[in-house]
Amino acid sequence: MIMPNIELYAANVIPKEEYAVSGHRACQGCAEILAVRLALKALGRDTILTMATGCMEIVSTPFPTTDWKLPWIHVAFENAAAVASGVDIGLKILMKKGKVKKSDINIVAIGGDGGTSDIGLQSLSGAFERYHKFIYICVDNEAYMNTGVQRSSSTPFGAMTTTSPPGKLSMGQPTWKKNMVKIAVAHNIPYVATACPSYPFDLIEKVKKAKMADGPAYLHILSVCPTGWRTASDLSIRYGRLAVESGVFPLYEVENGTYRLSLNPEPLRPVTDYFKGQGRFRHLTDEYIDKIQKRTIKEWEDLKTLCGVK
Amino acid sequence: MNNKNKKGIEVSIALSESVKLCRFEAISAYPITPQTHIVEHLSELVAEGELAAEFITIESEHSALSACIGASAAGARTFTSTSSQGLELMHEILFIASGLRMPIVMAVANRALSAPLSIWNDHGDVMAARDAGWIQIFCENGQEAVDSIIIATRFAEDRRVLLPVMVNLDGFILSHVVEPIEFPAQESVDAFLPSYDPLYTLHPDRPLTMGAYALPELYTEARYAQENALINSKDVINEVMGEFGKKFGREYRVVESYNCEKADTVFVAMGSMNENIMTAIDELKSRGKEAGLVKIRLFRPFPSEELAEVLSGKKRIIVIDRAMPGGAMNGPVFSEISSLAKIRGLDAILSNFILGLGGRDVVPEAFIDIYNESMARTSTFVKAAKTNYRIVGVRE
Repeated sequence: MIMPNIELYAANVIPKEEYAVSGHRACQGCAEILAVRLALKALGRDTILTMATGCMEIVSTPFPTTDWKLPWIHVAFENAAAVASGVDIGLKILMKKGKVKKSDINIVAIGGDGGTSDIGLQSLSGAFERYHKFIYICVDNEAYMNTGVQRSSSTPFGAMTTTSPPGKLSMGQPTWKKNMVKIAVAHNIPYVATACPSYPFDLIEKVKKAKMADGPAYLHILSVCPTGWRTASDLSIRYGRLAVESGVFPLYEVENGTYRLSLNPEPLRPVTDYFKGQGRFRHLTDEYIDKIQKRTIKEWEDLKTLCGVK
Repeated sequence: MNNKNKKGIEVSIALSESVKLCRFEAISAYPITPQTHIVEHLSELVAEGELAAEFITIESEHSALSACIGASAAGARTFTSTSSQGLELMHEILFIASGLRMPIVMAVANRALSAPLSIWNDHGDVMAARDAGWIQIFCENGQEAVDSIIIATRFAEDRRVLLPVMVNLDGFILSHVVEPIEFPAQESVDAFLPSYDPLYTLHPDRPLTMGAYALPELYTEARYAQENALINSKDVINEVMGEFGKKFGREYRVVESYNCEKADTVFVAMGSMNENIMTAIDELKSRGKEAGLVKIRLFRPFPSEELAEVLSGKKRIIVIDRAMPGGAMNGPVFSEISSLAKIRGLDAILSNFILGLGGRDVVPEAFIDIYNESMARTSTFVKAAKTNYRIVGVRE
């Protein structure tokens, strides 16, 4: 069961309002803009966005046009959480002084995997520690796609990128994907969750929970990238589902330290079901696939233990 | 001024009191020597409820200025302070703060840059940030530091300006000394500096996009508009300084001079060493020699008209730099003055001396030696030397 009351949900109850409108320049089949679009629907109009440099920024705001129907600010690559911190204290004091009308405004920082797990990790950690009431959304497409598919610390083991090319001495990305969720959880923040736009109701539900959190919230959203993953652009939703069904990207949440699986896809599909058709994994030998399969199962079992699932 | 109204107080503390008088609303800062007393006192003011501000002690200077942009974009009057390495860590964001036209005020306790690590004063930090599109003011003493914060906040937020400002004060040499300072009354500051009324803010009732990117068709125009705002800010700065003088009785100008009417030979300098130069000038006078001092209070936008006016007709111009040229032909202040001299056709012999690096003591006698050496010069170009500047007191 993806969530206990799924029968209450249907596509027609998703808010009709669009805050990320059509006309942006995202690639065909981009699951990242879909993730952001769905998240903004869940957030609603009373939202301020601070965005890191990256795909979402670059596809949305070539001056003088904009994709955003919400107040939006982009400052730099590594500081979306710091800018959000500033918006938070600015609004707080102005509301306290009565210069801005008191109201609940969601402050939401959005960054890619590079802007979150690499260059923006420090400012994100600081914002969590200071306990600003804000939501950080990492839209993870598993490499620096905007600059031409270079590896990040969120690129999966073995994946081919332009800076982790397979070669005589290389089998692609030489390191394992950084676990951002654990890093977020280690800050003792009230809400942390993974999501994927292939599961839109789950994603929307989690954004709504993040809104209600009494402190910082972190959402890590896997965002299939046909351009960087070398996949067919009509299969983005399917690849998101395969990532979940193979246990490569489990859907779960951590509420006040308590882990809960959002979906138990057991029996897991073999990772080869997920890899098949992805150009970035095409070079992998059986030996490496076996290594990844074993690690995937181990991580899945560890997560089940954390979630109290037998 | 009546000395009775003055209070003996450390300049960093005094500057923080000025931040309070300005009713800053958001502060985001990271501690670094020698700026620490400023953030410490601000923390106390906020903790005691004397300053109604949100203060975040953030995890780096890069984030400090990033958060300032967020707070300023939300519409709050925003302050930060840093020094040296901290200013360089902010470097990327400096340009964005000015490009986004955020009227943030930042006090910079000037300090040398690593390596080798030095916590002591020079202008290496701010000179590396001189082209960041910020308005830059240099303070000579504590009273100037206090008044400059008030003046800077007023013109930064002026809708004809909307640019961030650095108020520079020499680390330790100025930031940590106790000086007699007069504080304006809160009511007078309130009357001079109304509550910040931002032009655009981030709010769901008026959604707008800040920080879009520009394609080659528009980048030049965007930067041109910003550059114009910076250049035109000088008139507003002059206007605000004039109004401050009328209201508070302390006159400030973007360029100030000491004993320049009679003297053919003038020093050009910035910051707290101006006081030592004036002492040297008085000593020279007692020996029957005339020298003047031209103080650059506003370094960006560069006050070329005002400088041309005061430097015109001078026979010798001695430019003092407190930063290494970094491979340039001369120190940064000299480079400005020499291009001004060429453009304005000033017929003077120019000389460039670099001193006071990394906290090396600067004494009035040094300027007497510099004066004597300059008087012996017959041309601006020094043929025999490898460089056209001299580093005073350097051991080879």
